[in-house]
Amino acid sequence: MNAALSFRPIVAERDVEVISRPSLSYWRDAWIRLKANRRALVSLYIVIALGLFTVVGPWLPFVPNHSAQDLDQISSPPGADRTATIVEPYVPWSGVTVNAPGGQAPLEAPASVSLAGEATTQAVRIFWDPVRGAHGYRIYRNIAHPAPDDALGMPLADVLVPSRVSFEDRLDIKPQEYFYSVVPLDRNGREAPVYATLDVSAIRVITAEEAVKRGLAGSTADLAIGDQVELKLHVLGTDYLGRDMLARLMHGARVSLFIGIVAPFLFILVGILYGSAAGFVGGRVDQVLMRFADFVVALPFLLFMILFRILFKIEGGDSGIAPMLIAMVILSWPAAARLVRGQILQIREEGYISASRLLGAKTPYLVLRHMIPNTMGVILVTITFAVPSAIFTEAFLSFIGMGVAPPTPSWGSMCNEGIKTMLTYPHELIFPALFISITVLAFNLLGDGLRDALDARMRSQE
Amino acid sequence: MILYTIKRLIQGVITVWFIATATFFAMHGVPGDPLMTDKAMSEEVRKNLDAHYGFDQPKWKQYGIYIGHMVQGDFGISFAQENRRVNDILWEHFPVSAFLGILAITFAGLGGILFGALTARYRNRMPDIVIMFLVILGISVPSFVFAALGQLALVKLNAFFGTSILPVAGWGTLSHMIAPSLVLGLGTMAFLTRLMRSSMLEIVSSDYVRTARSKGLPTTRIFLRHELRNAILPVVTVLGPSIAAITTGGFVVELVFAIPGLGRYFVQAVQQLDYTVIMGTTVFYGAFLVFMVIVVDLLYGLIDPRVRLE
Repeated sequence: MNAALSFRPIVAERDVEVISRPSLSYWRDAWIRLKANRRALVSLYIVIALGLFTVVGPWLPFVPNHSAQDLDQISSPPGADRTATIVEPYVPWSGVTVNAPGGQAPLEAPASVSLAGEATTQAVRIFWDPVRGAHGYRIYRNIAHPAPDDALGMPLADVLVPSRVSFEDRLDIKPQEYFYSVVPLDRNGREAPVYATLDVSAIRVITAEEAVKRGLAGSTADLAIGDQVELKLHVLGTDYLGRDMLARLMHGARVSLFIGIVAPFLFILVGILYGSAAGFVGGRVDQVLMRFADFVVALPFLLFMILFRILFKIEGGDSGIAPMLIAMVILSWPAAARLVRGQILQIREEGYISASRLLGAKTPYLVLRHMIPNTMGVILVTITFAVPSAIFTEAFLSFIGMGVAPPTPSWGSMCNEGIKTMLTYPHELIFPALFISITVLAFNLLGDGLRDALDARMRSQE
Repeated sequence: MILYTIKRLIQGVITVWFIATATFFAMHGVPGDPLMTDKAMSEEVRKNLDAHYGFDQPKWKQYGIYIGHMVQGDFGISFAQENRRVNDILWEHFPVSAFLGILAITFAGLGGILFGALTARYRNRMPDIVIMFLVILGISVPSFVFAALGQLALVKLNAFFGTSILPVAGWGTLSHMIAPSLVLGLGTMAFLTRLMRSSMLEIVSSDYVRTARSKGLPTTRIFLRHELRNAILPVVTVLGPSIAAITTGGFVVELVFAIPGLGRYFVQAVQQLDYTVIMGTTVFYGAFLVFMVIVVDLLYGLIDPRVRLE
């Protein structure tokens, strides 16, 4: 064998190190990671849906004006019966009069209490058997049966003529069950310890004229007495002033989301400026700046939020959003500043900074090209986690009556109003509470996902 | 250690002074003053009152007088509630808030450690999934919703049993405290559970646990002596800030459960611009929080010998 045959010159294979796939930028990589995280992706969709809910929502055809009152449907839960019967316009009632039977105490309860005509939301007319020796009667109304605690409810009126044994109730009657109790009064106007109760279910009625005025029917000619009409639809019911809950939730979302997103954005911006200044200048200046940040952190947050809110309150008719925003920025920036400073200090020592400096890069270039882009991931994660806490703060302040001023709706102030009627109309509390919770949940999960996607070192163990 | 303590205390005092100063000037920046009531008063009366309360002095002088009194532990007399000393108000209502807070943080701490350890032990199995779901719920639901729902649940519970199992609102006996402190601690508990879980997971896969296991130590002993003790450390670190979160959360719980704590007083005082009560409450709360953070930091050095306090 010839040596020349067994040795062949190598042909250089130059394509060994060719990058066969397009290189991934940091943000593309993060996006791919985020897309793989199902929880975070769902949260992202929820956040987008919430955005649409506030922006597009109020233009939907079935959403009325958020401040319009529907006085026929006050505190009506979603899915409540909306039918109303057409009736004649109201005519005064002459009542029932009898010859008052004289006699002696002790007073007894009326033998019976009865209904005159039909009980409607227009009027409930009751009359009762006269009581021997009674000098008058007091009428109570309750929404629950008085037994067993003798809870008669709200005193409606005193009938101080012994011969008059009827009463007409026109006080804010809702289409529901009522219990009317009649208590006889003695000569001195004191109540006897006895009473008789009547169980009444009022039905919702409306006059033809009213129905036309509210746009429920074309003209009065189309309506006959006894016809049924459908009242306006309120998808999520109405609140205690008859305002549409859905419309108010959409409007309230503007305040809640505006503060929830703008406040973190602003205070993190302040934090970036302050923190990068401190981190970059270093030395004595850094120490002084960070000590000041420590002081601000030590301020009792909510006490100062309340104080500042009053301090920045400018006008009586103000919605209270701007003062809250300013107060939040003033109190919340130090955490972001500290974070950014830490990042800057860390990045300053990295090899690529030295390399860039060796190549002649100036400070502004270093900051803009290397430092800020490299802290962006951490900052984005911080913003996402700051959103829920800002929403919480707004809701909390509005809840204790120190946030947005009525009638501006926000989820927190809606909860505040809802909690008062929690036992009878729970939907007024549950819907805004649900919206706060879902929003906070979505931002929290999105934050988790972003952190996992953007920062390998902070990746959670799950 | 002693030097460190002294240094921290001095820093704490400066911080409290900063809080007092910031509060004073923020408060005086609000238009109006506590003497502006619905009642009309003549120029002369107003002038006399101004002189009496020192409102005719320049701001910095008022500030000096206030700080002077504060250093001696005198927070002055309330404007809105005549003849009531702020010290008395604090003395009467702070213990209520503090007691509620301590109970809540106990609930939160114990619950957080227990549930955190549980979830880590049953990682990715049923208990873990259920508890972590509840934790996410606990972090996402605002405290006032918990308070309202808790109250609603109590009403239903009492109605169901026909007697009062737990009172719905009010303050006084131990049974009054259970529901509000649970509600108050819930958010923090959720947070601590999450923290405890991740710290526990880290510990479980550490070298010394593997060594302990290979030595043949019983599982309970490994769990108690090696895993739990080490995993609790990060929980202790966040206890300081948690106290702050709980005391502020106490506002709402006090409001909903009708508890006579300091929180309600503060909101009222701000609305009435009751200078002395605002100052007293803020400075007192601030001092309390600063002090608690120092205590927790010192405690941390005691339990974890690896931490050098300098």
